[in-house]
Amino acid sequence: MSKGRFGIHGGQYIPETLMNAVNDLETAYHYYQNDEDFNQELTALFQEYTGRPSLLYYAEKMTKDLGGAKIYLKREDLNHTGSHKINNALGQALLAKKMGKTRLIAETGAGQHGVATATVAALMGMECEIFMGEVDCERQALNVYRMELLGAKVHPVKSGTKTLKDAVNETFREWVSRIDDTHYVLGSVMGPHPFPTIVRDFQSVISREIKSQILEKEGRLPDVVLACVGGGSNAIGAFYHFIDDKDVRLIGCEAAGLGVDNPQNAATMANGRLGIFHGMKSYFCQDEFGQIAPVYSISAGLDYPGIGPEHANLKDTNRAEYVPVTDEEAVNAFEYLSRTEGIIPAIESSHAVAHALKLAPEMSKNEIMVINISGRGDKDVAAIARYRGVDIHD
Amino acid sequence: MTKLSKAFENKKAFIAFLTAGDPDLATTEKLIFEMVNNGVDLIEIGIPFSDPIAEGTVIQEADIRSLASGTTTEKIFDLVEKIRPRIDIPLVFMTYCNVVFGYGTEKFMQRCSQIGIDGIIIPDVPYEEKQELQPYTQKYGIELVSLVAPTSHDRIKNIAGDAEGFLYVVSSLGVTGVRSEIKTDIGELVSLAKSVSDIPCAVGFGISTPEQAADMCRKADGVIVGSAIVRIIAKYGKDSVQYVGEYIKSMADACHSISI
Repeated sequence: MSKGRFGIHGGQYIPETLMNAVNDLETAYHYYQNDEDFNQELTALFQEYTGRPSLLYYAEKMTKDLGGAKIYLKREDLNHTGSHKINNALGQALLAKKMGKTRLIAETGAGQHGVATATVAALMGMECEIFMGEVDCERQALNVYRMELLGAKVHPVKSGTKTLKDAVNETFREWVSRIDDTHYVLGSVMGPHPFPTIVRDFQSVISREIKSQILEKEGRLPDVVLACVGGGSNAIGAFYHFIDDKDVRLIGCEAAGLGVDNPQNAATMANGRLGIFHGMKSYFCQDEFGQIAPVYSISAGLDYPGIGPEHANLKDTNRAEYVPVTDEEAVNAFEYLSRTEGIIPAIESSHAVAHALKLAPEMSKNEIMVINISGRGDKDVAAIARYRGVDIHD
Repeated sequence: MTKLSKAFENKKAFIAFLTAGDPDLATTEKLIFEMVNNGVDLIEIGIPFSDPIAEGTVIQEADIRSLASGTTTEKIFDLVEKIRPRIDIPLVFMTYCNVVFGYGTEKFMQRCSQIGIDGIIIPDVPYEEKQELQPYTQKYGIELVSLVAPTSHDRIKNIAGDAEGFLYVVSSLGVTGVRSEIKTDIGELVSLAKSVSDIPCAVGFGISTPEQAADMCRKADGVIVGSAIVRIIAKYGKDSVQYVGEYIKSMADACHSISI
């Protein structure tokens, strides 16, 4: 079995042209992950630039309203740039800089990873180009302008379904054509080894903080941790340090769009099967001949036909559960959290909130639930208004 | 002598690519015979994939046209099975890993062997992941073509040492597509490969003119042309047969004019 495996998943299924680039990345990462200076520098950026640790907030009104588990929100939405994506972008950009790269490229779905990468590029004085599906550019026009403000060049991707999957294709194509000075800041725990491991390590700060924060507040571990899953970076970040704590239920909430039985969905765990795509063996929504399915979700960040290989393995080993959440449920949760706690969550994170609305009332009052609020919802306000039939535009 | 190396026997080889089912399978059938009649030495039949990450726009669009016209892997197998008895040159499939894996890798290779496919090129399966395919390609006698790129450096010796059929030398960084100039030192790539193996080396990516083809044939054992052909098919659709034939002849003649 080749490198970078999580059970049978993972691997390095990429064109030969990129192999030395990922090998160099792996070598550099192995060196810097244990390098004291690198880690000090990254920690300083996390604290001084991002505002870490992010808060673990007791959602008292929500807890009382649902009448079950005690609910905490991990506030990744309070990070600089408004989502967990900055954790990984900072880590990879710092690594790229150490490797002598001067240019960052990245795919983006909702635009959060693109914004995070553009931000970090501005901070570190690196060139930046972002690839974003044309459909997503329309859905998230504000983020496109935000990236441009930060000095990045945004390429609308017109191929295929014009969404996240196609943005990933196009970023790989760009990387193949220019490797020497360019690092691909992959935004999720996907792609060829070593990306799923690197991204997970940079995001695992989330569960490391949750663990110490909940121990301080409650003196014990949570009973359940919820996170939304597209590629799965915020979820693996929220799960990682609990994987060995077998009593902590880990639940990933994937985008079921108009419903798992409707063709318009992106529920990879519910509907996908084993495949090999975007550099990895994992689960993918696909047809009987292995053609990748055109998936759909209201959330541009979860609108992806695959899932990271470590999640696929957590599913195989029954260590984590994955549940589908529809557009309608997510939008209701978006509105619920806004009204109940005065916190507007990203439509992606709202998928996790939606499942909490179902699960928390079934749990007892002495149980604890942590929901990872992976990002803030300002970017989604116009789209939700349109969903509700209110005609406002970004 | 392997099945694929027959294409390189006593001559420089001209290898042509087309996407099966672009614009439809009936045209693909005519195009394949036209290519054979005009001197092609080996044909790469592309099985379209929804997300071909190693391809430039020209072949991406061909894949979309083909899939939109209802082409499936099964229908391509049926076409090859029908025409294979009337074709003498080696035929290979070019596709992406999930097309093979999604069909069932063993079933795929078994079917390839039944219908007379001699080799397979899968650009998203590098040397490190060969075990995904090799147990089945070997079991059914399908030659697994390996690729080397301008960035391969120290990897070339391992790849070439284990290569089967012919070695696909990627001429340039980037995706497939026509290029006005090829800057890589192809001679150096080829001589590195030749230092460990006597496998034929064919250069692909970016070649479109007879002059480029002849130039590459002086440095290697053959050339592979894809996008330039697909572009003609895109332009003329079902009426492309004659134009493709003329183009194939000019390219094959250019390759064959270079002595080995």
